Parts: sequence; C-alpha cells; structure tokens
Amino acid sequence: MLFYAINRLALAIAIVVVVIAVLFCMIYVIPGDPVRIALGPLATPEMAASFRAKMGLDQPLWVQFIRFFSGILTGDLGTDILSNRGVATSVLEQLPFTLTLIASSMLWAVAIGIPLGCYAAIHRGSLLDRIIGVLSVAVIAVPSFVVAVYALLIFAVHLGWFPAIGAGRRGEPLDQLHHLVLPSLAVGLGWVGYLARVVRASMLEVMGENYIRTARAFGLPRRTIVYRYALPIAVLPTITLLGIGVGHMLSGAVFAEIVFARPGVGKLVYDAINARNYPLVSGTVLITTGFYVLATLMADLFVAGLDPRVRASLR
Amino acid sequence: MTSVLSVGNLAVEFAAPYGPLQALRNVSLEVGSGEIVGIVGESGCGKSTLLNAILGLLPANGRIARGQITLSGTDLLGLSDRALNSVRGDRMSVVFQDPMTTLNPVLSIGRQMTDILYRLPLSAADKQARIAAMLARVGIPDPLQRIGQYPHELSGGMRQRVAIAMAMLVEPELLIADEPTTALDATLEIQIVRLLKELQRNTGCSILFISHHLGLIAELCDSVAVMYAGEIVERGSVRDIFHRPAHPYTQSLLECDPARIDEPTSRLPTIPGDVPNLLAIPAGCIFADRCPYAFASCTVKPAQRLVANGHTAACHLLTATPAHDTAAVGS
Amino acid sequence: MSVQASDSAAVARAPGLTAVSRGFADPLGRIGFALVLLLLLAAVFADVISAYEPTKMLPRDRFLGPSYEHLLGTDQLGRDLFSRMIHGGRVALMVAFPAIGISLALGIFFGLASGYAPKWLDNALLLVFDAIRSFPTVMLALALATIIGPSLQTVVLVVILFSAPAYARIIRTQTLALRNAEFVLASVATGASIWRVLGVHILPNIIGPILILVSMDLPVVITTEAGMSFLGLGVRPPTPSWGSILNDGYAFIRESPWLAIAGGLPIIITTIGFTFLGESLRDAYDPKLRKDG
Repeated sequence: MLFYAINRLALAIAIVVVVIAVLFCMIYVIPGDPVRIALGPLATPEMAASFRAKMGLDQPLWVQFIRFFSGILTGDLGTDILSNRGVATSVLEQLPFTLTLIASSMLWAVAIGIPLGCYAAIHRGSLLDRIIGVLSVAVIAVPSFVVAVYALLIFAVHLGWFPAIGAGRRGEPLDQLHHLVLPSLAVGLGWVGYLARVVRASMLEVMGENYIRTARAFGLPRRTIVYRYALPIAVLPTITLLGIGVGHMLSGAVFAEIVFARPGVGKLVYDAINARNYPLVSGTVLITTGFYVLATLMADLFVAGLDPRVRASLR
Repeated sequence: MTSVLSVGNLAVEFAAPYGPLQALRNVSLEVGSGEIVGIVGESGCGKSTLLNAILGLLPANGRIARGQITLSGTDLLGLSDRALNSVRGDRMSVVFQDPMTTLNPVLSIGRQMTDILYRLPLSAADKQARIAAMLARVGIPDPLQRIGQYPHELSGGMRQRVAIAMAMLVEPELLIADEPTTALDATLEIQIVRLLKELQRNTGCSILFISHHLGLIAELCDSVAVMYAGEIVERGSVRDIFHRPAHPYTQSLLECDPARIDEPTSRLPTIPGDVPNLLAIPAGCIFADRCPYAFASCTVKPAQRLVANGHTAACHLLTATPAHDTAAVGS
Repeated sequence: MSVQASDSAAVARAPGLTAVSRGFADPLGRIGFALVLLLLLAAVFADVISAYEPTKMLPRDRFLGPSYEHLLGTDQLGRDLFSRMIHGGRVALMVAFPAIGISLALGIFFGLASGYAPKWLDNALLLVFDAIRSFPTVMLALALATIIGPSLQTVVLVVILFSAPAYARIIRTQTLALRNAEFVLASVATGASIWRVLGVHILPNIIGPILILVSMDLPVVITTEAGMSFLGLGVRPPTPSWGSILNDGYAFIRESPWLAIAGGLPIIITTIGFTFLGESLRDAYDPKLRKDG
C-alpha cells in the first residue's frame, strides 16, 4: 500500500511538472514575443521590462524554465495586469466560491442519484427502473452549460423561483443557498444520472452476495437488509468516483459561474481572457490543474486504502 | 413422534432458456422432533434447491410445481412473504456453507447477532448478554470482545462457530445446516459436528444436516436420506443406511468413500457415467444408466419400497416388502 | 449476420459488424441511430431545408416567435433561427469529423506504437497521455484559445488534444492484449513484417472498440465545440454554431426564449442520440463492458 502511495504521488508530481512544462512551452516556445504572450497586449512597457529582466529572456531556454519553475514553487505566479496584485492571491480568493459550488453539485448527485439507483436496483425490471435508466443516460449526455441556460430560462426567468445572478448577499446563508440551487443543479445533474447507474449496478451485485442471503434467511425485514446491510457496501465505489468527479465538475462549474454570473475561478479566468489579462489566465489554469491532479490523486489513494480491508473481509 | 419438518412430494422447477429444469421431483422427507436427519448426495443432486425451497429463498426463475412443506403443522408454501419472513430466523434457522462470505463484512458480529433478535422485546443489554452467552457456548473465547469485532478479524473456524451461534440464538424448532464443514479443514470439521451434537442435546431442536461427507453424517445423524439427481432414492436410520444399504447408488457411494479404503491405492473408485440431464429426465429409474444391477424393470420408475421398519429405497431390486423387522432400527 | 470463417482475419472483422446489427435490436439504439441520421441528413441538406440564409439579417423582424415563415422565430438581428440551427449542425460536423479523424489516426499510431514499444517508451508515452488528461478540459481550452486565438481550427485542435490520448490509451490496451494472441504469434512466426501484423491482424480486431469509442466520443466533441463557441472562443460570428446561438439565447434570455431553444435543443438531441447509439453498440459488442448490470 505504501509502495503504491509513493508511486502514485510520484506520478502526480511528474504530471504537475509536465503540466508546468506545457504551460511554459505555450508561453515561451510558441513563436512570437514571449513577453507579449505572457503578459498580453495591456502590459505597460515597465511591466514588460521588469518581466524581461526577471525571466532573463536572453538566457538559454532551460535557464528560463528553471526560473519559471522556481517562481511557481515560491508562490509567484505572476502579477495581475489590471489590479497589480499577485495572481496567486486573486485565484485563491475566488477558489472557495468554486469549491462551494462543486460541493453542492456533489450534494445533488448524492442526494438524488444514490436513492434513485437504489430504488432501480430493488425494483429491477419495473417500468420505473427502465425510465430511470433512460433518463440517467440522457442527463449524462447533455452538457452542463445547456442545462445551466435552460435552468436559468425556466426557473429564474419564467417562473422566477430562483435568482438569476450572483452568489447572494454576504453573511446571509439562506440567500446564498437560494442562489446556489440552480447553478449546482446545472453542474450536478449529469452526475445524478451517473451515480444512479453506478449505484444500481453496485446494489444488484451486493444483493446477490452470500451475506445478504444470510440476512434474508434469518427473516430480517426488507428495510433493514436494503438500508443497513446492502446499501452501505454498494455505495463504497461511489466515494472514489466523487473524488474523480470533483475534477470534472470543475469544468461544469466554470460554465455555471459564467452563466449565473457567480464569483469563482471560472468567472475569474473568463473575465481575464476577455480583458487580455494573460498572467491571470495562466496562473488560474495552473492552480486549477494542480487542484484537479490533487483531487484525482486523493481519490486514487483512497481507493487503494479502502481496498485491502474490503478485499480481505469480503474474501 | 411429532414431525417438525414435513416435505411431501415436492417438485421444484427452474425456468431455463431450453425448457424447464426439473431440479427436484417428488421429494418427501420427515424430520421428527429432536431428530437429526442427514441428507447426503453429490454436488448438483438438489440439496441446495431443497434448502432454498424450505426457506422460501428460491431464485426468481424457480418455482414450486407441486408438493407441500410443513413446519410443525404450518404450511410454509401457503404463507405470504411477510408471514414466511417471520418464520425464518425464528422457528427455523440456517448455517450456510462458506464462513468467509456468510457474514456481512462491514457490520460487527455483535451488530449482526443483535439484528436477528429484532423480534424480541428485550433491552439491548439483555440481548448482549444472550449473545455473549451463546458465543461462549459455541466455544468462542472472550465473547464480549468478539462482539465488537468484524468478521475479517476472525478465522474461518471461528466464523462458522459464530454462524452456528446465530442459528442457535433464535432458539429454532429446526436448524438447517447446509454443508457447514465443507469449507473447513478436517480437525475443525469434527469439532463443529460435535458442537452441533452437543447443542442439539441441550436444546432439543431438530437438525437437518446436509453434507456429502459420509463420515460426518454417520457421526452426527439419527437418520439419513440419500439424494440423487433431484430425488430421494433411499431413507433410513444411520445404521440401516451404512450397514444395510439397499439402493445401488447408496452402495456405490459407500464403496467410493475414501474413508473406507484400507489399502493404499493410486486410484480412487468412482461411479462410472454422468449425472442425468435435468432438462430431459429419463422415464424410468433415475439411476438406471449408471447402475451395475439395472435390468428390464428399470425402465419404469420405481416406487419407494419398504426394506425394513423406517427404511425405504426406490429400487426394483426390492421386489417384495419384507414383514416387519422385529429388530427395532432407527426412528 | 454470422460469418463462418477459418481465416482469423475474417473472424476478426465479424465482431464489429455483428455488434452493429445487434445494436439495432435495442430500441434505444434505434432511437439513437434515428437521431444521428436526422442530424447527418439535416447537415448535408442544410441549404435545401432552410428557407433563409443563416446570416441574412432582417432588422425589422427581431425576436419574432415561431410562425409559418420562421419555424423557430428570429434572433436579435432578425436572422431565421431554424436556418441557423440547421447550419449549426454543419459546423458541428465540420469540427467533429476532421477532429475525430485526426485523433483516431494519432491515437492508432501512438497506441500501436506504445503497445509494441519497449517498456521505457511505453511508460513515457503513458505519462504524456496522463498529463494531457490531467488538465481540466475547460481550462486547457481556454488557455489555448487565449494564446492561439478563437477559431474553428482552435476548436479542432482542442478536441484532438483531448481525444487522441484517450484513443491511444484504449488502442494501446487492445494492442497489448492482442500482441500475444495466438494468431498474431503465428503470423509473426511465419515471418510477417510488423506492418503486416499490425495492419492485417491487429487493426481489424480493434475496429469494434474503436467504433464504440467514436460514437461515445462524438457527443463530447460536439459538446466541446458548442462549449467553446458558447464562450466566444470557438467559431467566429456570424457563422452559426449551436454554442454561439445558445450564447445569444443567454444574452437575450429575457427578450425571447427561442434563441436558447434553437441553440440548446439540437445539442441535447445530438448528444443523446450519439450516446444511446454508443451505449447499445457497446452492449451488443460485449455485455461485460457494461458498467451498470
């Protein structure tokens, strides 16, 4: 297990290094003035000059890479062109909003997807099971930004049940929750379907296991068997999926933030692109990618950690 | 003697793509009060199907075509699911074959044993006391500590003892043991069987003991039923079956029992041929194609003929029913 | 469609094709196929079906609702939404086909290479694949669009960048599995060149998984194009793309819901259609691949 963890960690670090290298290549290796690419057209001559000096653009490429890399390691991801603040600061300020959105999207997926999957498994072959099956595939297929716009159209504009813009007033959790419903639905809907499918398959497998047969042979009530004997085991695979899902939901969150004009990393980077605030763009890409790699790493390690005990006790 | 379990002319079918698979045909069996009855037969003879039919746990494609199953007078086949559920784990209980997969891996032993006592209006502390006492009875050291442990922390033998403890905990009229020792090594097998014997003596429950291990059957049971390909071919006391086997299949089984072999040999005796295809049951005696004594009459299905008091076998070789044997055997 | 064959290569072709025919037995597969067909026909015959030029502006007829003249109404510049929607399908396919084609080619090349390569090269390639997959899609798309500039070509590049590693990985797995298969070993033993082995023996066997992969990937490709155009980083206006029509729908959401419908509905239909089709193909090809029992 330890060996696997170290292996996996090394891989994650390798990936991050490769990502940084790719970013470096995009800025420095692509033909064109690296200063202009890195800082964008709004950079002042002074900024350009200081950047040129800091990055040592006359140095050989590998020296520049070392500087770039060490800069990142010390937390210096560049300076926001417009606000003149550190990029890292700006990004880390907005990150909590995005994480909140992702967490609540996850909540939709868990709160609706798992019960649906469980129900479908217990009533296998019934009409409702088939309907859930078809709907699951459908919602997985439809992209989140489409769901976002339609949710906005139907529930905010037409029905007026939910607000269309923003994250809500500071310090008022209920208002913020109100603002959270539609965006998180947009991001989480696909995962509702996905979890429903996974839980259904998992439940069907677990219900066929010997220990469930024992429970039935001892006349335990159906409720007990489903909710205390089967479901806790059946949902174990979904935990690891959620770890991976965090990364995927990031993409959905970006769209949701733009559509619902919510603060967050997505909106930050989108505005930065439109404002040609390129250091902010590259810094955001770097941080979010690092976050994504971290999330998948933790999910993988969690799987491995859970695995031996489950394996040992099941076999 | 009152009968605890009475199976009468039971027929069970499974729906298969190529037609109905007749897993059990005309199975009749009695387990008396306080009696230990063994069912012996090869893999695939229908032992598990019989067990599932009694428990009402047949898979979705299985159905009971004919027959009755009664537990102390209650018609099990006529019960609703809910009613059957209240009989299971209360008046009858089971010990399954594989201790490694029988217990829920994510719940503690104590939790699982408490759950099966859900019908009892006792306090949690009382239930725990009972559980601890039962664990001690089945020979598990340090029961109070075991209650908090998880199945994977126990060895196979221990887990099977826990399974027996669970089955006994509900104070059943009938305990069904489905090859409880098959997955254990030889020394453990004897221990488990002796444990069952002792528990039965103390509680007076009836046991239906399913196994293909002849030695254990001889050790534990009062009477035996021999199953072959979905039918009961011979029934009688342990003495009858082991010393005066009447059916050719029983005779072959005993001959092939490795325990009976006195001299070292490189080849174990086997019964030539294969078990019949349950999708196309032959018309006559089910064992005819493998029987060394098959003759003309065997194309007709033999009825159960009386060999001696309490000893019957379905074989044409027993042409006449002998007069009452004065030497009391079995039952 | 059963093929009795003693030639291993012919047998290798059978699984993919029988899967296709079995896929159509499934009602969802049929619906999927119908929707896909609808898309293809609409895109090919776009000019015939649409009554207007997709870029023709009728400034006095802005935000009209559906009518006989304008089946889905008009947008903020008076352009017929139905025509724009139909032509948007063309754009989607104009991205999808070359992108998937190139991705497939790259994927097959690198997948086969990785499958047959010595361990160190295999690991190096895997690292590159995994690294690319480690980027959250949107972020990479945004970054690239920023540097290169938004255009249809950028979208194609993004799609290739994300699809090729996925294809390569799957093909690598299949190659590794087949590498030691008997008929391959036999072929090598009789002195066949590596190209012959790859082309005649391995490739036909991976057509099945490839077909499934492509049909499952198409919704992703279309989504990527629509998503990027939605953000203004893809196809440049006034060329209609479902994503940019949806964006207009978003911008003018209070003026008329029909823009959003014209942009979003085809995306929904297309993604669902390809997914149903892909799912039933996968089930038909190998029920064991199904992850939901």
